Amino acid sequence: MQIARVVGTVVATQKHRTFEGAKLLLVQPVALDDTPRGPTLLAVDSVGAGVSERVLIVQEGRAAGEALGRKGAPVDTAIIGIVDSVDVHE
Amino acid sequence: MQMARVIGDVVATRKDDGLSGIKLLVLQPIAADGTNVGRTLVAVDSVGAGVGETVFFVRGKEASFPFHPTEVPTDAGIVGIVDHWHVG
Repeated sequence: MQIARVVGTVVATQKHRTFEGAKLLLVQPVALDDTPRGPTLLAVDSVGAGVSERVLIVQEGRAAGEALGRKGAPVDTAIIGIVDSVDVHE
Repeated sequence: MQMARVIGDVVATRKDDGLSGIKLLVLQPIAADGTNVGRTLVAVDSVGAGVGETVFFVRGKEASFPFHPTEVPTDAGIVGIVDHWHVG
């Protein structure tokens, strides 16, 4: 799982039926110091995250489908938690 | 599987129901000589690991297997604590 920052929302009218009613957010994975890391991703949201919040994302098809509550959905990234705090001891 | 050092923990109150009661730890993958290699990540813990320990973890859907039959939405999981290792 990765920590990411929600940077935007996506609206798509024409899409696979399993996406009906799903919230799609743009997330930017970040390092522990909050600097952007890697490409911006599109994630389905199952926890009610909003723009600018720090979230936990999972990048694995089955887990993302479970988060969406739909097995076999063509998804590979999902927001599964809203990060309250990260404690790093290093 | 890969070895990593546990360098921190994550607190998330609002999260997927499948993650309830599961410890989330920040991992820094390490090479055979113990140096940092690659990006940090967050993993679920099924073996009682803690900050400062060296562990090994698995990526992919298999990371949720230790919690079966609970469907835990994760892509990385700690599956062992390394006591010591030897190279060469």
